[in-house]
Formats: sequence, C-alpha cells, structure tokens
Amino acid sequence: MPETVTPEAVETTVREALVQFGPEADDIKLDATFEELDVDSLDLAELSQIIEDEYGVKLKGEDVGKIKTVGDAVDLVVQRAG
Amino acid sequence: MSQKPRPENATALVTGASKGIGAAVAIALAADGWNVGVGYRSDKEGAEKTVKAITDAGGHALAVAGDVSDANGVADDLITKLEEEFGPVLALVNNAGITADSLAIQMDDDEWDRVINTNLTAAFRMTRRAMRPMLKARFGRIINVASVVGPRANAGQANYAAAKAGLIGMTKTVAAEVAKRGVTVNAVAPGFIATEMTEDLPDTILDVVPAKRVGTPEEVAAAVRFLASDDAGYVTGSTLFVDGGMSA
Repeated sequence: MPETVTPEAVETTVREALVQFGPEADDIKLDATFEELDVDSLDLAELSQIIEDEYGVKLKGEDVGKIKTVGDAVDLVVQRAG
Repeated sequence: MSQKPRPENATALVTGASKGIGAAVAIALAADGWNVGVGYRSDKEGAEKTVKAITDAGGHALAVAGDVSDANGVADDLITKLEEEFGPVLALVNNAGITADSLAIQMDDDEWDRVINTNLTAAFRMTRRAMRPMLKARFGRIINVASVVGPRANAGQANYAAAKAGLIGMTKTVAAEVAKRGVTVNAVAPGFIATEMTEDLPDTILDVVPAKRVGTPEEVAAAVRFLASDDAGYVTGSTLFVDGGMSA
C-alpha cells in the first residue's frame, strides 16, 4: 500500500535515499542539482526503484533524464502520485 | 578498498537447473554455501533430483518452476519465491537455453524467435529483475552461460550463435553499468560439454578441440562457482571460456 504522498514525505524519502549514494545530508537542498551532488544515472535508477516501492509511482528512463534537481524529483513524484 | 564479502543468507537462482550444466552449477554453488533456487520449466523430476543432491550434502535448495521465455512476470515470481524462502537473491546464473538448429536459408521465424527469446531476451529480463536486490545490498553476481558458439561459427546455429554472442555483449555493458555497486556480471562460454544437448554429436567434433575430449558439466560449474565467489570481486565484464582450448 503506498505511503501518504505529501511533498514533505517525498522529500524525506528522496533525502534518505540520496544520503546512501554519497552526498552529505547538509548539501541536499531542493535546488541542488544531481550533478553538483555527484549523483549519477545508476543512483537515479536506484532512487526510482525506492520511489516505486514506497509510492507505487513508476519513473521511466525518460522521466529520470528530465529531472535535474532534488526539487524536480520531489515535484514529479507528487504530481504522478496525485 | 576491497569488495565486501557475500552477505548472510544469500541466495543464488540458477535457471535451467533440472539437468546438465545447470544442475551441476546448482550443486557447486550450494557446496559453496549459497542457498539455491533450482529453476526449471517442465522437468519437475529433474529439478527435485537436483534439490535432493544438494540437501543430501547438507545444503539448502528449492525447486522453482517458471518458463523464463514467458514475458509475463516470471522473473518476478521466481525471485520473490526465493526471497520469501531464503533471503535476498544475490546471484543469478542465466543458464536456461534451447536449440532449434537449421541452416539460415531454411530457418523459419519461429525457430529464430524461440531461441533468441529463451537464450537472450529471457536472460535480460531475469537480469533486470535480479539487479534490484543486488544494487540495494551493494553485492551481486550475475553469470551468463554463453557458448564458444557465437564468438565462433557453427553451421546450423545462426539463431543460437546470435543469442550467445548477444549474451556476451549484454554481459559487458551491464557489467560496466553496475560495477561501482559491487555487482559483477560475467559470462562463461562452454565448449563441447557432455550433456543431453550434445549427446548426438559425432566424435569428429573433437578434431577442433585441442584437449581431445568433451568437458564435463562439473568443469563448467567450477568456473561459475569461482565467478560467484568473494575471490572474483574484481572480475567483471569478462568471458571465461571452458572449452578445452577450442577458441584459443
């Protein structure tokens, strides 16, 4: 059953996932780009899996190609789940 | 900085493990401490025999049925069953394979499609699903059973050669994609091995084998066992030929 999809909840999920991939928690701001955070395509593929497991939202390769910042990712998940 | 060791309760899924190379691989991995999923399509008796050989020797195994050539969620079913029984599936041996031989000029679409689907596309689907727990665990072993046929010509097997060569190509690219997560992806390329698949071949095939004998399923299984082991953590994107020198 998908968790409640609020922007705050999604942001927490995304932050916790990104920390696993290497970035420092303090650097993970909504306007931070994945490039700045050294988060690569494999990390984003794994983030997509975590989001799918948590919220039932499926992010395809082309979606992941369009999101550039942490905020983009949060917005897309909230939009798709809504 | 070295590769982390295999986690506790790690499970290996071997497709096509009711007989031949697959059965030998399942037995060898179990002897190395893996819990083993013995995948089979229809030969339940053969699969149960493999399970028994493993459990009699003190290992843990479960026969899991599914036709890997069926696109509809079989990969997910097989892996989920094993996760529930034993724990995360952290090794996958794509061994299931068929032949449908014919000279290219006479080969029909169905013969081509069936072999590509079972020997290559199924391996892709299984790999895609198996990578999920491996990436999470930061540990994984994917071993694709290819063949000397593919890199080497074998008249009558354009479909088989294409599938096996494709498997080697896929091995290299997927290996590069996931290497930084401690997941290795390699291929094993057997030559002529004494199994049902080769029992009708004439002795003249040994003319091209420097070792002048067929190999055994256990010799192929030993190569897979190594690639699945902690010792092979820095081996990825490679193809290990087990062919008595045929492709040398």
